[in-house]
Amino acid sequence: MSATDIKGWDRQQMADRLAREFQDGWIVNLGVGIPTLCSNTDIGDRDILYHAENGVIGYGPVLPAGEEDLHLVNAGGQNVSLRPGAAIVHHADSFGIIRSGRIDVTVMGAYEVSAGGDFANWKVGRAKGGGIGGAMDLAACAKRVFIILEHTTRKGEPRLVPQCSLPVTARGVVTLVATNYGLFAPTGEGFAVIELAPGISLDAARAATGAPLMEGR
Amino acid sequence: MAQRSKQVAGFAAAVADIPDGAVIAFGGFAGPGTPYNLTKALLDQGARRLTCIGNTTGGAHQPRLPDIGMLVEAGQVAKVVCSFTAATRPTDVLPFTKYYEAGEVEAELVPQGTLAERLRAAGAGIPAFYTPAAVGTELAEGRETRVINGREYLLEYALPCDVAFIRAWRADAAGNLQFRLAQRNFCPLMAMAAKLTIVEVEEDILPAGALDPDQVHLSGIFVQRLVKVPPAPEGLWTVRRQERAK
Repeated sequence: MSATDIKGWDRQQMADRLAREFQDGWIVNLGVGIPTLCSNTDIGDRDILYHAENGVIGYGPVLPAGEEDLHLVNAGGQNVSLRPGAAIVHHADSFGIIRSGRIDVTVMGAYEVSAGGDFANWKVGRAKGGGIGGAMDLAACAKRVFIILEHTTRKGEPRLVPQCSLPVTARGVVTLVATNYGLFAPTGEGFAVIELAPGISLDAARAATGAPLMEGR
Repeated sequence: MAQRSKQVAGFAAAVADIPDGAVIAFGGFAGPGTPYNLTKALLDQGARRLTCIGNTTGGAHQPRLPDIGMLVEAGQVAKVVCSFTAATRPTDVLPFTKYYEAGEVEAELVPQGTLAERLRAAGAGIPAFYTPAAVGTELAEGRETRVINGREYLLEYALPCDVAFIRAWRADAAGNLQFRLAQRNFCPLMAMAAKLTIVEVEEDILPAGALDPDQVHLSGIFVQRLVKVPPAPEGLWTVRRQERAK
């Protein structure tokens, strides 16, 4: 069986696994794409405050067409709702919240994560341009950086690697990585396996990972 | 003594004196706060060799409303300062990116929080500051860093502008502004960083004194010209509101 035949967790399950790590009272920033799915996860009565880069603090679910307020978007441009206790600030205050270390976790997508906790998500190899958005500010300053990505590229090449080959977004900051193969933590030498997705063996995960995998947290 | 109103008759009049080579900041983030009408007026006015500052260059979604990318396509732009010179997903291609990759326009790529703070600094009389964002990345190569209390920081300079185009919800004749919800984003920072701030206003412009001073989000000190956005289709709103008006 080749690496590309292995499914494991789907996108929502990857997001669910990271969202279950959110603790009561955390201030959470979700990146565009798969990370936004973390807000769908049922984590009981834990009180989470969602922060968006554009200064929308305390947003709730995306509203269906016709019910949305066109003045209200999250960082992904989705028309969200506001939860009781929400507040609006401008961009400098929003990034003041970020740089002063008040974000408990930021969850982002990435192309690569290294064993040393570096990650790359703003520029692909040949491109002259890139898309940074708020990723570098968040990665450098949030208390924790969680990454969600597919375990391998479409060609089956590993995305969990000894060193990033693409330009990095920040160095040594990633604490947890959810992939379709499971939940991993960079250790410096490799990645600790915290949990494997159903149907994923340790051997299969090792074969699809560019750095050593160690059992246990 | 009555204050002179800052209201201007139309968008063409509001942008008529913007010269070639101007440095212009464009407010807005994913729709709210975006000055579509002022951008369209600048396309019609035709000033060239502009430096355009904005979070993005636009063009990620269809149908398009006037954006920095359209000014680039019209040959009016020499340089762009933004936090995206390519789309978030590498499979999406922004209209601007084609011109950038071809070397027809310059770009300075800046992390979003650094962009906001560089504008804030310009408006606050601060020439430069240190930030931890982008340390250890390609963006920091060859640039001044400093270790403060054991952590490495990157030196960033203030980003003053000649002109700011922003959009607000309410204004009074003195130029005091209120933004609604996510409309605020970069708008007050750009107004503070600019010598000339032109605002497109969604509600009727109120007489001075009609806004509660405690509820003013940006002082009229930072605002020079106000234009009321007419109803669609004459005035440009969001794409979805535009479609609903049809």
